[in-house]
Amino acid sequence: MPPQRRIIFKHIDEPGYSNDLACYVRNGGYEVLKRSVQRKPEELMDEVKKSGLRGRGGAGFPCGIKWTLVDRKSGKPIYLIVNADESEPGTFKDRYIMEQDPHQLIEGIMITCFANNVKQAYIYIRGEFPQGARILEQAIAEARAANFCGPNILGTNYSCEIYVHRGAGAYICGEETGLIESLEGKRPYPRIKPPYFPAVLGLYQCPTIVNNVETLCHVKHIVDMGGDAYAKIGTPNNTGTRILCVSGHVQRPGYYEFEVGKVTMGQLLNEVCGGPLPGRKFKAVIPGGSSAKILKCGEVFTLKNKDGSTRTLAFEDIPMDFDTLAAIGTMGGSGGVIVMDDSVSMVEALGNINAFYAHESCGQCTPCREGSLWMKKITARMVNGDARPEDGALLKNVADQIAGRTICAFGEACAWPTQSFVLKFGDEFKAYAETKKAKPADSMELV
Amino acid sequence: MIQNAQPDLITVNIDGREIAVPKGTNVIEAARRLGIEVPHYCYHPKLTIVGNCRMCLVEMGLPAVDPATKTPIMDSATGKQKINWMPRPTIGCATNASPGLHIRTTTPLVKECREGVMEFLLINHPLDCPICDQAGECSLQEHATGYGRGYSRFIEDKNVKPKRTQLGPRVTLDDERCILCSRCVRFSQEIAKDDVLGFIDRGSYSTLTCYPGKKLENNYSLNTVDICPVGALTSTDFRFKMRVWFLKQTDSIDPESSVGCNTVIWSREGAIYRITPRSNDEVNDTWMPDSGRALYKQVRVAGRLAESKIDGGSALPEAALAKAIQLLKAGSVAVVGSGRSSVEEQFLTKKLADALHAPAWLVSRVGQGDGILLSADRNPNVRGALVTGLIKELPAARLTELAAKIDSGEIKTVLSVGEDLTGGGLTAAQFKKASVIYLGTHTNGTSAASAVVLPTLTIFEKSGTFINQQFRLQKFSKAVPGAAGATDATDDLVVLAKLLAAVSGGTLIGDVDALWATLKAEIPQFSAITLASLPATGLLLDRTPWASLPFAEGETLHYKPAQLTAATT
Repeated sequence: MPPQRRIIFKHIDEPGYSNDLACYVRNGGYEVLKRSVQRKPEELMDEVKKSGLRGRGGAGFPCGIKWTLVDRKSGKPIYLIVNADESEPGTFKDRYIMEQDPHQLIEGIMITCFANNVKQAYIYIRGEFPQGARILEQAIAEARAANFCGPNILGTNYSCEIYVHRGAGAYICGEETGLIESLEGKRPYPRIKPPYFPAVLGLYQCPTIVNNVETLCHVKHIVDMGGDAYAKIGTPNNTGTRILCVSGHVQRPGYYEFEVGKVTMGQLLNEVCGGPLPGRKFKAVIPGGSSAKILKCGEVFTLKNKDGSTRTLAFEDIPMDFDTLAAIGTMGGSGGVIVMDDSVSMVEALGNINAFYAHESCGQCTPCREGSLWMKKITARMVNGDARPEDGALLKNVADQIAGRTICAFGEACAWPTQSFVLKFGDEFKAYAETKKAKPADSMELV
Repeated sequence: MIQNAQPDLITVNIDGREIAVPKGTNVIEAARRLGIEVPHYCYHPKLTIVGNCRMCLVEMGLPAVDPATKTPIMDSATGKQKINWMPRPTIGCATNASPGLHIRTTTPLVKECREGVMEFLLINHPLDCPICDQAGECSLQEHATGYGRGYSRFIEDKNVKPKRTQLGPRVTLDDERCILCSRCVRFSQEIAKDDVLGFIDRGSYSTLTCYPGKKLENNYSLNTVDICPVGALTSTDFRFKMRVWFLKQTDSIDPESSVGCNTVIWSREGAIYRITPRSNDEVNDTWMPDSGRALYKQVRVAGRLAESKIDGGSALPEAALAKAIQLLKAGSVAVVGSGRSSVEEQFLTKKLADALHAPAWLVSRVGQGDGILLSADRNPNVRGALVTGLIKELPAARLTELAAKIDSGEIKTVLSVGEDLTGGGLTAAQFKKASVIYLGTHTNGTSAASAVVLPTLTIFEKSGTFINQQFRLQKFSKAVPGAAGATDATDDLVVLAKLLAAVSGGTLIGDVDALWATLKAEIPQFSAITLASLPATGLLLDRTPWASLPFAEGETLHYKPAQLTAATT
C-alpha cells in the first residue's frame, strides 16, 4: 500500500495537537515566515514558480504563473483572497486545515502576501462553516498579537491585515469572480473574462490573487524546503502532495494526503480505503468533485504517447494526478473522490447531482440558468416514474448546449456530470423508461 | 477649420469580408456596418456590457504565428495567413476590434449556439404572444423565427412567477416573460440614476423586482419598457390598447424643453396611441422623459379649443378672422410670440410684427433641469425666435413692459400666438383695457378673456422645425390631422399667413415647405439648408451671434454650457 505523505495534514487528528498559536509555535510554526521576510519577495515568487505548484481548488492552474499575471504597473493596491468557500461536493479538506491547523494557513497567507506586496488579505469562508470562521478569527487575533500579521510584522516595516469574511450559502461564491462580487457586497454574478481577469481587474477593480486554502499551505512548505526540492515530490508537472477526500461506498472513507500521481485508483480504493462494502462491487468513481466527469469501473483508456504511439490504461492503474485524469477525459479537480457501488442507480445519482447544480446556478447567463433547471426537471421526472427512452439523449443534448457557452466554468460543471453519466451508463437511462417504476416510498425528495 | 484627427481604425474580417472600424468597436457593431446581423438581447449600445444572454456567440479566430520566430504561418490552400479558430465561441458584444481579428457567424457551431440559447429562453417563457403587447416588436419572436430550432422539446412544467406587478405608476411587470437580460437594471443605475430595480432569488427562479418600499416612478421609467426586449416591462397606459403593426410612425420632437428629444408618434386613423424616443446620438441617445410621452393626451381632451370665438361667443371662422384683421389694422398692436411655436411660425410672427410696427415679446418658462433630458428651459424653441429675429434678448417670465404699455393706453391690441398671457402676469383689468387676439389650442385664462379666439393645431397635427439648446435645427412632422371635434382648428401658419396678407398685402403662403424658400433667402443661418435635405438627426447652426446671452440651461445628456462659452472665445 503506497504510504501517505502528510505535509499539509501533518498535524490533523494528531492527539494533543491544538489549534492555538502556542501549539503551532511549539511545532516550529512561523519559522518559515521569519526567514521569508528576510528575503526578497521576487526570490519567494521564484521558489513557487520552480516548485510547479498547481492550484488545489479545482482548476489546477500553476500558482507561480498566476502570480506573474498580476498587474504591478498600475499602482493599484494588490489584494489576496483566500478561497475558503469549499463547496465542491465531495471535498472536505480545507475545513480541517482551518479548524485544526489554522496557523499553517495564516503563515502561508503571510508568506504569499509578502512575496506579492499585498497589504490586505481576505479569507472568504463559506457561511456553513461558522466554527471555522470563529477559529480563524481567533487565530488571526493571536497571530496579530504576536506580530506575525498586522502592522510592521516581525520587526520589519511590512504590514498586512487579514480579514475573515463569511459567505451566505452559495456554491457560485467559490468561483473567483463570483467571490469577488460577493465580497464587494453584490450578488455573486461571475464577471466576463475578458476583460475582468482578477489579476488585473479584481476586487474593487484592483489586481487580485485568488488562491485556495490548501494551495497557500503548500506555499509555506515550498519556501521552507525550496522550490527545487518540492518539485521532486510527486510526479513531473504534477508536483507536491495533494489531499484526496474519499467518500461513498468504501470501507474507510476519509482524507488522505499522497504525493501527486504516486497512488493509483485501484490502490486508493482497495488498499487505502479498504475496498467495497461487504457483498458489493465498485461501479463508478467521480475523481475530482461532482463537477468532474465520471469514470466507470473496468473502463480501459487509450492514451497517446509523446511519439505518437498509444498505450492502454486500465481503471485500477490510473495515477491520481492532474494530467492523467485530464487525458482520460475527466479531471483531478478538488480531489473529491466519490465512490459508487452497484447498489446505486446512475439515473438517481445524476438526479441528485442535477438538483444541486440547478439549485446553485446563479442565473446570470441563459444556458446555465435554464439548462441546469431543465436537466434537473428531466431527471426528477425520470426518477419519479415518468421516464422516456429518449430522455438520456435529450439530457446529453441539453448539456452539450451549455458547456462552452457560459460566462463561467459553472456551465461545464453542471454539464459534465450529465454528459458523462449518459455517455457511460446510457443503457441504464434507456432501461429506466422500461421499468417505469413508481418512486419507492422511503426515497428522498429531490430538492 | 481644424481637421478632425483620424480615429484609430482597425481592420477586422467578418464572414470573409473586411471592414475598418474605430478602436473600441465591438463585433456586433462592426458586423452591423457590414449589414450582418448578430442577434442579441442584453447588449445595448448605450449601456454597460454584461454578456449574459449569450445570444451573440460567434466564432473567433486570430492569425497564426510561429511562437518562436513570430513569423506568420501561411495556409497553403488559400495562400493567406492561417487563422487559428478558437474551439470555444466568444460573445460578440464583449469582443472589441483588434488587428487581425477574424469572426465567423454562419458556421454550424454558431447556428447551434443560437438554437441552443433560443431553446433555453423559450422553455420557461409563457405562451403569451396572443395577449402580449410586445408582439410585432419582440426580439424573442424575431430571433426565434430567424435563428431558433422551430420546435419544442420541453415537456416539463414551466416556472411560475408574478404576472402583473405594478412596478410604478406607469410600468407593469410580467416576471414570467422576463429573460433576465438586466437592461432595465442597468438603465436605472446608469442613465436614470435611480437604482431601484434588481433581481432576487437564484438561478431560473431569479425574478426582477423593485427595491422593497420603492417604486419605479422616476421620469425615465418608460424607457425601460422601450429597451425591454420582451413583453416583461409594459407601459400601463398602452397595455392592451393596440397592436403595433397597425400603427403609423411619424418622426417628431418632444416640445417639453429645449433638449429637443427626438421622438416617434405612433398613430392609427387619426388617433395617437403612444410616443417613443427616436435614436439620435447627438441629442437624446435612445431615451426621452416620461412626461413628454404623455403629451399626446392633450390632442383629444375636453379643454381643446374647438370653435372660433368673438368676445366669448362662438363665431364662424371667417367672421373671427375678419374681426381680428379689423383689430390689427386699427393699430397700437403688440405681439406676443411663443417659445413653443415652430421656427416657421415665429418667422411669420416676426413678419406680422414688422408689418404692424408692433413690439414683440416672448414669455420664458424656466423650471428645474434634471441633468438628463429635461432642461431648465421648458420652451422648445426660444432659439428659433432669436434666429428669426422675433426677439433679440432672452425672454423674461413676466410681460411687465407689455402690462405697462397696456395700462398707459399705448397698446390697444395684443396678438398672442399660443401664449397664455395670464401666465405672463397680465391681469383681468388689462384684458378689459386691451383687445386680445388669441391663437391657441386649449382653453385657458387668455382664451376665456380674449376678444377673438382662433383655434390652432398642436405639434402633433402640423409640421415644422425647432432649434434646440445646442442650436440644432430639428424637424417634426404632422402625425395626425386636426383633432376630431376641433372643427375650426387651423394650422398656425395658415392663420398667420392670412393675417399677414390682410395687413401687408404680402403673398406668403402658410405652407411649411413653400415657406422655406423665403426662410432660406432671408435668414443667414438657413442659407445652405433646404427642409427636404435636413438630416433626420438635425443640423447644427452657427450660434456665435448669441454666444453672450445668459441661457438658463445647465448640463444635460449631450449639452454642456461650458463647452459653448469655450468654443466661442
